[in-house]
Amino acid sequence: MLLSVKDLKIHYKTRKGPVHAVDGISFDVPEGKVVGVVGESGCGKTTAVRSLLRVMPSVAAFAGGEAVFDGRDILKLSEREMNDLRWRDIAYIPQSAMNALDPVWRVGDQIVEVLVKRGGMKKAEAKKRAEELFAMVGLEMKRLRDYPHQFSGGMRQRASIALSLALNPRLVIADEPVTALDVIIQRQVLDTFSRLQREFGLSVVLVTHDISVVAYVCDYVVVMYAGKVVEKGPVRDVLTKPSHAYTIGLYNAFPELSADEERELSPIEGGPPLLFHPPEGCRFRARCPFATEICKQEPVEVQVGPEHYSLCHRAHETAELREQAKDPAVWRGVVTA
Amino acid sequence: MRDEILLDVDNLSKSFTLTRSLGDVLRSRTPKVDAVSDISFTLKRGETIGIVGESGCGKTTLGRMLLKLIEPTGGKITFAGQDLSALSHEEELAFRRRAQLVFQNPFDALNPHFTIRRSLYEPLFNTRVPEDKHDRMVAEALVRVQLDGMMHLLDSYPHQLSGGQLQRVVLARALVLQPDFIVADEPVSMLDVSVRAGILNVLREVRDTMGLAAVFISHDLALVRYVCERTITMYLGSVVEDGPTKDVVTNPLHPYTRALVQAVPVPSVDQSHEPLPLTGGLPDARNPPPGCRFSDRCPLADDGCRLGRPALREVAPGRRVACFKVPSLA
Ligand SMILES: Nc1ncnc2c1ncn2[C@@H]1O[C@H](COP(=O)(O)OP(=O)(O)OP(=O)(O)O)[C@@H](O)[C@H]1O
Ligand SMILES: Nc1ncnc2c1ncn2[C@@H]1O[C@H](COP(=O)(O)OP(=O)(O)OP(=O)(O)O)[C@@H](O)[C@H]1O
Ligand code: SF4
Ligand SMILES: [Mg+2]
Ligand SMILES: [Mg+2]
Repeated sequence: MLLSVKDLKIHYKTRKGPVHAVDGISFDVPEGKVVGVVGESGCGKTTAVRSLLRVMPSVAAFAGGEAVFDGRDILKLSEREMNDLRWRDIAYIPQSAMNALDPVWRVGDQIVEVLVKRGGMKKAEAKKRAEELFAMVGLEMKRLRDYPHQFSGGMRQRASIALSLALNPRLVIADEPVTALDVIIQRQVLDTFSRLQREFGLSVVLVTHDISVVAYVCDYVVVMYAGKVVEKGPVRDVLTKPSHAYTIGLYNAFPELSADEERELSPIEGGPPLLFHPPEGCRFRARCPFATEICKQEPVEVQVGPEHYSLCHRAHETAELREQAKDPAVWRGVVTA
Repeated sequence: MRDEILLDVDNLSKSFTLTRSLGDVLRSRTPKVDAVSDISFTLKRGETIGIVGESGCGKTTLGRMLLKLIEPTGGKITFAGQDLSALSHEEELAFRRRAQLVFQNPFDALNPHFTIRRSLYEPLFNTRVPEDKHDRMVAEALVRVQLDGMMHLLDSYPHQLSGGQLQRVVLARALVLQPDFIVADEPVSMLDVSVRAGILNVLREVRDTMGLAAVFISHDLALVRYVCERTITMYLGSVVEDGPTKDVVTNPLHPYTRALVQAVPVPSVDQSHEPLPLTGGLPDARNPPPGCRFSDRCPLADDGCRLGRPALREVAPGRRVACFKVPSLA
């Protein structure tokens, strides 16, 4: 396993007490695979992936667990060892990467800078590599001379992917790389990831809140809810046999182009719990149409298929729940408090 | 009443003058971008129209002109029989009551220092609606967006609301003056899928119950398809296709709409990974190709397409397309 995250916990210190933003999550990233991390805003996606590079705000702290990359626990590395790992082994494309390029520098110069400073290359060598990188993400070489504002959003996003690949990392962590892009450019950026995976065996952790993005490029998916991983597994299995009530809900809320005209969408009413004092039992309970008495107890992860796990008390009944969930009435008036 | 035309857009254009580079100065040239060029369509009372197209094609510019937030550089907009460029002060005030904008980002749309109550009452004060009507109008708007069960929210501040609640408040704020026309510019793109569904349902309700005419802007056809009876596709400032949403989605005629339909993301593993039927790079609004503006990316383009500009013409009742290669269906 290239990366194995086990029971990872991250807290933010605040005046009101610790925010349990990531509260004991586990998942694997196999070599050469694209793993999607999905979940609604605030569920801890960014917190989780930034911790893998140890680029965290000072108020964030590890509160337990491990993240083993290629045999070594990232959390235990010295700052120097960590520095060697960044860019070279694991590269990161931050959530606002579109604006991450420095506006006063030519894009090409920014890539050359990373290659020279971090990769110890000579300038001429670095220039050639920059051209290679642009070709890899499907940008024209002559655009290396442009400033970031001369790029469209999609081109900027591809340039940040090129930058992240500068030192040939084995794993790229991309936080919401297509969220602000229109459907056509989104498709091109996602195709870029697929091609890098196919041609160079790149592994990718791709954060998104959109299950259609997951369906398009990912091999595996990790579904997060309020600081927990509630379901994970091969994409096909999770999408065709969602086995946690939250994942089932996500699917029913998704507008489809081909769906019949009168199909009503089912929103998941209410919002996620605050993470100061996460509620006991299943965290989705207050919004879940299928919650029963047992859901007040802490759920444990159960295996529902090959490599497919769910953190739902009713995971063994989900075939039936999936049927019931198709009726929008089931999702109405769930939230009482 | 329903067939009455509310909005008549006639050859509407907007070009922006850009800052001149040194090269422009030397060649004494003023660069400009035609954000919207020669757009014509009509909107009936109670009709919802979707405007789709990729980033930079002019959707927002068009929407802002329809609300008289920016002035066109050419053409004319007639709203309920009145030329928008020739309104008296009183008429303009009335127009501002009747036509409303729903912002894209609910987090920016409300003043963070105002309670929700104050934000909802403000438009009523601003447009001098008699005060004895205020409570009833706010209450009605809250019912429309299905927030009436949550009156306690009125005394909260924006940061205390969830994204979905906020977007409902933003919508309620647009509806409080009981407009007969709204422009919603990407009203759900900032929201999570789980809450987005609720807003789309509300928009549908509003459409069905209020008889409101609406222009709904998005780059995602799947969203437009949920709320709009009719869809217009824009490409580099022009309308390239216009028709009933159902027909446009199931049988797109213009080669660009076909690519847009294919690009709509679907939550299924068995979707096509075929490259989109588009050649060439990205559109450049500052240097559109001669002839058909889509000709440099169009898989069907031939020499004729690079010479003349195809007109938007009716190819079947209610369906208009601007492409030389699309035969008439009738
Ligand atoms: N610096 C911070 N101090 C305190 N709490 C924080 C801080 N940063 C994030 N949080 C909280 O931690 C939780 C997880 O935030 P995070 O940014 O990881 O979510 P996310 O899943 O990436 O959301 P989004 O989809 O909006 O990017 C949220 O409840 C957030 O409010
Ligand atoms: N104030 C302005 N000055 C100069 N150019 C502008 C201005 N506003 C818009 N433009 C240009 O006009 C064109 C259309 O922009 P517009 O914002 O209407 O597109 P859009 O379809 O709404 O795009 P998006 O989907 O990204 O919101 C673009 O080329 C844009 O750069
Ligand atoms: S007119 Fe020609 S170039 Fe334009 S869309 Fe039709 S086929 Fe393509
Ligand atoms: Mg995030
Ligand atoms: Mg816009």
